[in-house]
Formats: sequence, structure tokens, C-alpha cells
Amino acid sequence: MGEAALTGTTLHPGEATGELLVLRAPLSFWGGTGEDGTIVDEHHPQRGARLTGKVVAMPTARGSSSSSSVLAEQIRAGTAPAALVLTEPDAILMLGAWVSAELYGRRLPIVTLALPGYRALCGWGSGPVTVVAGPEEAVVSGAPSPRHPG
Amino acid sequence: MAEPARRVPPPELSEEDTAMLAGDAGEAAALCLRLVVALARVLGARRLISVDSAHVDGCLYHGMAGLDFAERLVGLGARVAVPTTLNVGSLDLLHPGLVRADAGTTTNARRLMAAYTAMGCTPTWTCAPYQLTHRPEFGRHIAWAESNAIVFANSVLGARTDRYGDFLDISAAITGRVPYAGLHLDRNRRATVRLDCAAVPRALLREDVAWGLLGHLAGQTAGSGVPVLTGIPDDVTEDQLKAFGAAAASSGGVGLFHVVGITPEASTLDAVAGPGIETVHVGADRIRAIRDRLSTARSSRLDALCLGTPHFSVSEFERLSRLLADGPGFHPAVRAYVATSRAVLDEAERRGFAEPVRRAGADIVVDTCTYITPILAPGVRTVMTSSGKWAWYAPGNIGVDVVVGSMAECVASARAGVIVRDEELWAKQH
Repeated sequence: MGEAALTGTTLHPGEATGELLVLRAPLSFWGGTGEDGTIVDEHHPQRGARLTGKVVAMPTARGSSSSSSVLAEQIRAGTAPAALVLTEPDAILMLGAWVSAELYGRRLPIVTLALPGYRALCGWGSGPVTVVAGPEEAVVSGAPSPRHPG
Repeated sequence: MAEPARRVPPPELSEEDTAMLAGDAGEAAALCLRLVVALARVLGARRLISVDSAHVDGCLYHGMAGLDFAERLVGLGARVAVPTTLNVGSLDLLHPGLVRADAGTTTNARRLMAAYTAMGCTPTWTCAPYQLTHRPEFGRHIAWAESNAIVFANSVLGARTDRYGDFLDISAAITGRVPYAGLHLDRNRRATVRLDCAAVPRALLREDVAWGLLGHLAGQTAGSGVPVLTGIPDDVTEDQLKAFGAAAASSGGVGLFHVVGITPEASTLDAVAGPGIETVHVGADRIRAIRDRLSTARSSRLDALCLGTPHFSVSEFERLSRLLADGPGFHPAVRAYVATSRAVLDEAERRGFAEPVRRAGADIVVDTCTYITPILAPGVRTVMTSSGKWAWYAPGNIGVDVVVGSMAECVASARAGVIVRDEELWAKQH
């Protein structure tokens, strides 16, 4: 399979590569993830999955305004996702990434894709995905897995 | 906060904004305004606006990053520019023995609370700042964090705040500025879905617990939209609206709701309904189904009771003290906790509502809450609560099983040591 690339909008700039993890339900980082980057939300279908180092795709975030702090701390501690891919801008997650970049110089890219692109990404399987989020435009690229044709 | 971010120009800044970014108001204000401007770009805001007050949630310890940020600001000489209240911290500063956090966390949580106080915030330590004496006025812009406080301020008081969180809250307090976006704008305050409650038995709607469950349903139904309730009796209380909003803001991303004939922007359905909104009909069966879904406990034996999420009000203390009057105390095997603010506890003490609660065997917790920090005794597995928000978060946060019930069911169960249900209350008809 060849490389595929999707163009989106930068919510927070940065560059990262990681295995793709598509969340099947919205997630609140506060109350929904543990310090080690694992999903602990009892009600989440992927409870127990580890987000650390993954390119995490979820259509929208959910829940508490404390998620900014939780994400910032996971970035500091090295347990955060490698990158976040959303369909709608999320201010709470952006602020967590902004503060970690300001305090520690660690940049977690957050990008939004329009729905058709997001749906295509969800069909890529779990292979490595690279996110390059520039000042405005972002590119999400990878090699869609043959077992999960997009 | 779902404005499109695509290709929008950066916000226009006032002369004062430009001067602040250049450092005229100090380095801390410059850093904080850069953060506010970064948010404004994400939200597609055309400009910034001034706020009357702020409520800061960043004082709850989530790890070093939050502490590093607060202490960086203190080190840069930060002072808040508008009256600013503080949300709960991770400690009960008045009753230090109640929270069993490890020494490192306790030290950091205390440092964090001290840093926010040092910036000039008022040490209110409550998630229910709307229970304090100085309430935001109708139509005024404010910058509040804490999801239940946000939804109460927008919906019940008619003030205007977007769904702010950690870092932005203190940045808004220090700069006095926020993006003109989200729920500050008229167009985002229209209802997106209607929940018609005309078929819900009136006796059930008199119970605060029903409002938490209804709020949970509203959050699931509306997502981050704006639900509007119809078919609600006139005698709905602020405690009930508090329970509704808190649950709707945790099961969904609700930052504003309307109740026709009750909340200040909703004199009629037409006054708030967005174009072509759908109606969901709610009956007792839906509310009971949510009660059963949130009740994760398998055991009928009860280990603990947790009330006061969001923080118990004076009227809730009054109600609880009446339920406890002249009856037996709680079962010796049941630990009971009531969370509230210092200010409400002072008032409850003055009016004689706190003593019966203590006499029955409950610990009254202030400054923090029972589902965010280790307070519950070791070995507690099954906990009863009247709060839809507590029921939603506690299993994941502190690993307990939950039973949801009315305040009267909570009292009866805590006395008996086993779960006691008022089946008539939950029946379809009365």
C-alpha cells in the first residue's frame, strides 16, 4: 500500500509520529484517563486502552474543563498521546498543549480534519501515522493497512 | 466552543491589548494575554471583551504541570485584575486529617492553593460560587471555569461565560480579557434540543435526584448543545437546577440550558428555541433507566454515603437536618460525608443545620470534594449518593460502586446499612 496524506487545520503546532488509535466514543481526559495515559472511564468502550505515544483520533472531546491540566501533565510526564486528531476545534485540549509548550518546550500537535478526511483516517488501521502541524495547515500521513482498506 | 477554525483572521486587538502583550502590565499579564489570544484564534473570535469576574478551577492539583504554571505566574508577579473566586482544591485545609493523600501530593496541593491565593484570588474553595453572596448579574460577561459553575451562571443567572478551563481561567482573571466567542454570543445561546417533561410525575420532579438523572439524559441528548426543558412545574428550586446542570455538563458538554418559564432567558419556548429543534419526550421510565444505569453496585450492603456534589447548599443542609431530626443515627458500618464550602458551612452552623448532620455520624468536608481526592475510608466499596454528577465520575476516579437515590432514600439506607428504595417514588404513576 502506498502513502496517503490528509490536509487539515492546526489547532496546536508540532510534529509527531505514532500508531493510530481511533476512539469509538468521545473522551474526557479528566476523569477519563489515568496518569499513565490509560483510559479509565468506566463508561468508555475502549476502557483500558493506552493513549501514550499514539496518534489518537476522536471526533470530539467531552466533559470536564480540568482536562487542560490533565493533558499538560501527561505531556510533561511523557504519558500523553503523540498527537490528537479531532473533527472540531477543542479549546480545552489546545490550552493543555499550549501550556506544556510554554513551560517545557514539548509540542503536542493537535489538528482538525473535515469529516470526509477524518472518516478516511479511521479506515487506515493501526499502523504508524505522522502528524505535521504547521502554523496554520496540518498534514496527517501514513500507509493505510491492507487489512483495513480505507 | 465549536466555532470553525479554518482560515479565520487573528482577532483585532485593542490598544490596551497590544500594550499588555508588549509587557506594559507586566510579564505575567503578557504571557496570559498570549494564551487568551491563542484561544481566540482557535475559536475564531474577532476581538476580545472584558469580564466582570473570574472563577478559577486551576487550584485543584492534577500534577506538576498545573503547579509549574501557577508558580511561574507568581514568580512573574501576577495579580488578578478582576474579583476572582477559587474552585475546590485537593485538600480540606480546615480538617487536614480527612484527606489521605500521600505526603508529596499533599505538599504540592497546598503549594498550588497558596500560589492562587498569592495572586489575589479569594480563597472560597468551592465548586458552587453561585451560592456565595456576590453573584454575577444578568447579561454580564464573566470568565468562569468548573463545568457546573459555568452552566449555572449561564442558565440560572443569565450571565455569560464560555466553557473555560484550567490556565485560561487564571489568564482571564489576570488580563480581564476573554475571546468574544462561544456562549458570550447571542447566536450560540439558542436551544438545540427540547426535552418535554410534561409526562414526568410531579412527585418525582420534586426530588432533587430526579434532576440529576434528567440532567444526565439532557447531556447525552444535547452533547455540547443547548437543551431546553418544557413541562416543568413553577416551584423548581435552585438546588434542582444545580443538580440538573452539573449532570448535563458531565455526561455531555452542556454549558447552558433553558427551562421555559423558569430561567431568565426563556420566558417562552419561542424566545430560546433554535430553528427546527427536535423534541424528546421524557417520562418516569427514562429517568428510572438512567438511575439504574448509573447504579453500578451489585451489593445491597452499603459502606458509605456521599452528598454535596456540587457543594451542599444551606437549603440542602436544612432538608437533610430535618430528615435526620428525631431519628436514629447512621448505621455504625456506614461512613457518611457531606461536602460543602466554608461559607455555606458557616451559615448552616449558624442556623443549626450542621449539628444534626454531625450527630447522625457524618463528616462534613470543606474546600474539596469526595470524588476527586482520597477521603473515603479504605475498604469502602458501595456508596450511595443523590448526585448524578458524583455517580458519573466516582467509579472511574476513586474505584467505588455507586447507588443513586433520593436524599430520603440515602438517609434511610445509611441508617439501615443496606439499600432502601422508595418504590412508589420511582413508579410510573402516582
